[in-house]
Amino acid sequence: MFAVENGLQGDPRLKAISDAIRVIPHFPKTGIMFQDITTLLLDPVAFKHVVDIFVDRYKHMNISLVAGVEARGFIFGPPIALAIGAKFVPLRKPGKLPGRVISEEYELEYGSDRLEMSVEAVKSDERALIIDDLVATGGTLSASINLLERAGAEVVECACVVGLPKFKGQCKLKGKPLYVLVEPREFDDITLYN
Amino acid sequence: MSGNKEEEDPRINGIKTKIRVVPDFPKKGIMFQDITTVLLDPKAFKDTIDLFVERYRDKNISVVAGIEARGFIFGPPIALAIGAKFVPLRKPKKLPGETIFEEYELEYGNDRLEMHIGAVEAGDRALVVDDLIATGGTLCAAINLLERVGEEVVECACVIELPELKGRQRLKGKPLCMLVEYR
Repeated sequence: MFAVENGLQGDPRLKAISDAIRVIPHFPKTGIMFQDITTLLLDPVAFKHVVDIFVDRYKHMNISLVAGVEARGFIFGPPIALAIGAKFVPLRKPGKLPGRVISEEYELEYGSDRLEMSVEAVKSDERALIIDDLVATGGTLSASINLLERAGAEVVECACVVGLPKFKGQCKLKGKPLYVLVEPREFDDITLYN
Repeated sequence: MSGNKEEEDPRINGIKTKIRVVPDFPKKGIMFQDITTVLLDPKAFKDTIDLFVERYRDKNISVVAGIEARGFIFGPPIALAIGAKFVPLRKPKKLPGETIFEEYELEYGNDRLEMHIGAVEAGDRALVVDDLIATGGTLCAAINLLERVGEEVVECACVIELPELKGRQRLKGKPLCMLVEYR
């Protein structure tokens, strides 16, 4: 579900967010139009809009845990967690988290990767939100949902700044709703630093 | 902050007690300072950010640079609260646009830190944020990156310092602000 489909149609903040994202063609390989959110982070007003929209949505949903996917989920997740009084749980590449962890494999185009979470992260009866910058195939988010559910948390929703149009409407990931702010930008020559 | 016990803010002890020390991680002999347990306590996490924001809000900081990956957790909340840009300093090949890099030494071999070109303007006043300072190698690389594009690095901010590794002396004369020492 996109923000415009759920009460934010015409909200000027969404255009400001979209305009602040930079498209880098053919990164990391030919054919991929990479949605670069680092330019959004250079615009304090637009960055704050992202956080405000997510906080407004989640502050009354009784979320006790915000999980962020390494590494760009670490940028958007903590400000949301802090504002809604939830804990922040980093979901990391293998070998980075100390102590006891659980891990979940997910597929890449070629091969697979793994995501890990600390076993101490989840107590009983947690309501969790998962954050990443962008959702494409949904592989990473699905692995994240698995980790949280295996630890006993209830995943309330997954949230991303950018999402492919296929996630419009009631599209769900492993039965969980997905909330996205903007679609990917098109590339044009003026989307390099303004 | 910065280790002066007489002035220590009462919130600091609350943060310190939440840091988990994990022995022999990532290898034998290292007492790993795990800040993820601070993040599990909303009050301790908020106090951490508030302490830095209180220090920097009136210092005209226009850029907060965070070192991948744990600097990405602490840097953005500070940047948002003080109205500064956030610049991620990343491992090689993660940033999609044009970058500059700075090499730094590891115990065995080297690594690199990268920053986007054009991210910041010459004359910006910058803060560098990471969760911990050990030898200071990574922070030194971060300072170099920012100075090469004309930034004035005002200070480095870390939650934890390992003072015996003397990282403070590798910061090209820049001051360090930290909350908790581990000896």
